Amino acid sequence: MADILVYILYTALFCGLYFQIFLLLTFFEGKDPQVAENDKGHIKGDDAFPSVTVVVPCFNEAKTLRGTIMSLLALDYPKNKLSVMIVDDGSKDETLSIAKSLAKQFPQQVKTIAKENGGKHTAVNLAIAECTTELIGCLDADSFVEPSTLRKMIPYFNDQKTMAVTPAMRVHKPENLLQLMQKAEYNLGIFTKRIFGMLDAIHVTPGPFSIFRRSVFDKIGVFKKAHNTEDMEIAFRIQSHGYRIANCHTAHVYTVTPDTVKKLHRQRTRWIYGFINNTIDYKHILFNKKYGNMGMLTIPCSVISIVFTFYMIGYFLFRVGANTADNIERWMTVGINFHMPTFDLFFFNTEILTFLGIVIFALTAFIVLLGKKLAEDSAVPSRDIVYFFIFYPFVAPFWLGKAVYNTVFAKNTPWR
Amino acid sequence: MPPIPLNYKKYVLVFILTAAVFGLAFILSNYINTKKIDTLKLSGDTISIDILSLETQFALLQESPCKTVQNSTLSDELNSLGERLSYAENQRGFSTAEVLTLKKYYSILEIKDYLLNQKLRKTCGFRPTTILYFYSTKEECVDCTRQGYVLTKIREDNPDIRVYSFDYDLDVSAVQTMITLHKIPASLPVLVINDKVYDGFKSIEEMQAIVPELKASSTSATSTNATSSKATTTKK
Repeated sequence: MADILVYILYTALFCGLYFQIFLLLTFFEGKDPQVAENDKGHIKGDDAFPSVTVVVPCFNEAKTLRGTIMSLLALDYPKNKLSVMIVDDGSKDETLSIAKSLAKQFPQQVKTIAKENGGKHTAVNLAIAECTTELIGCLDADSFVEPSTLRKMIPYFNDQKTMAVTPAMRVHKPENLLQLMQKAEYNLGIFTKRIFGMLDAIHVTPGPFSIFRRSVFDKIGVFKKAHNTEDMEIAFRIQSHGYRIANCHTAHVYTVTPDTVKKLHRQRTRWIYGFINNTIDYKHILFNKKYGNMGMLTIPCSVISIVFTFYMIGYFLFRVGANTADNIERWMTVGINFHMPTFDLFFFNTEILTFLGIVIFALTAFIVLLGKKLAEDSAVPSRDIVYFFIFYPFVAPFWLGKAVYNTVFAKNTPWR
Repeated sequence: MPPIPLNYKKYVLVFILTAAVFGLAFILSNYINTKKIDTLKLSGDTISIDILSLETQFALLQESPCKTVQNSTLSDELNSLGERLSYAENQRGFSTAEVLTLKKYYSILEIKDYLLNQKLRKTCGFRPTTILYFYSTKEECVDCTRQGYVLTKIREDNPDIRVYSFDYDLDVSAVQTMITLHKIPASLPVLVINDKVYDGFKSIEEMQAIVPELKASSTSATSTNATSSKATTTKK
């Protein structure tokens, strides 16, 4: 029995290692020429700029809305080609009045729509129906763009099959331990998104500043509620129709991240719950070569990682439990004794699992540093990375477990 | 059709690379564990030579061997070997056959050391408390584990005590002879303290009642090597 448990663990580690090596190999293979050209962000003349509407759906975002809109208005983009549409989804705070004052202050570029609360997807869909621009962007009202962000993303639409472009998401002013931990996580996300983009396997177009070709909504339909993860479902749908989603890792967007464990837990539970349920809805993609690397690699690996995470947690708890039981029995038999630990290389664990664990940890650290290099142009280890490695393994299983629980028992997984 | 067709070669290449990493981990683990086993073998051989040397000295000196052999540190070396052997026995990755062979070798060395000490008792009048401990690995023996903890503690508090542990089911004729000689029952754990047999679990208090000179330190840690005697006294 013990052998079977260990072989399952080997399988889990093999899958994890396979995925890491695949990502790194793709990264070091080099960029395809088209992506390299897009990265330069060259657009010839103002006439070449497509018209863009950035939709800002908001519900009780009074604290950050003005900053978000001001960052959009500061975009390095022709003013006559850029408009902002604030959709107030029935906010109960000062959001609407702030939106109206912004529309009054910048009438050429900012427009406000107010509606009854119906969820984020309804707010964005209302704006899409109103828009006539070539491109439509979405920006959550707690996120901020750099002036060059949009300009860098536009060249990716030169490929007519590209229906959406995602940016590199970074954490806005991380202050506490939790936000610093997320900073490293987001940097890791920048790396994986970059690689997923190269593999045509992006499965989420995040709320913070994903840009869509307007025509894609005519072809495949508008946003759905999709388990409160409409940005994931639309990506699944775009990919399943054979269109491309690109990633521009140099286009930075800053988002406010949860500052308490409770908020973080709720947000991540929703994300994982959305992933599980959207994957169930699009299960035909799994292990289907018709859907390329997304069908054969990224989605299956993500699903497998959820399953094996539970297994590894169970295995870890089993080992810890067994050791604890031994210690308790020892204490009950002879009392508690304290000893100075001795260092003897003979007792260094040299089973295969140890070496595989070291390799996987080293590769993960390497990937995190590559993400930092991509995001911040520096690969110097910082405390956010330390926090990520120390705390993430202990908090992530909770939202993973809750998401699976909510799925199995059909529990509601609210937005906030 | 996906915009980027699947690159099957890459999938295979990554599989090969992943398998290679697994292979390297296996080779490295195997290499280090083999080296560890080699150190155990070397340690066993050294102890064997030391025992042989002491026996020879004993025979040569005839009437006055006591002064020469009384400072022997063989028991400590045996305990150290036992500790490592027990670790290897419980750790994944070591060759089971090699560990079993070493365990047999170790048991024989224990018997030789025990016999040497018996001889010293008779000839030189040394009176170290000697405990033979018989345990089982074949079936779940909770009391064997607990007895191991007690003996570990007793050895920590009484470094001069001699504890020899034997796997009751070990297929070594010398061990089986010890079992027959001391009429060891099958109801394990069994202790033989100064040649008297006690079956069933014995707590620290009970052992102190049997051997009054045992120190009764309950909290102080006299040994810095917490697991040294555990390895020789606990069952697997």
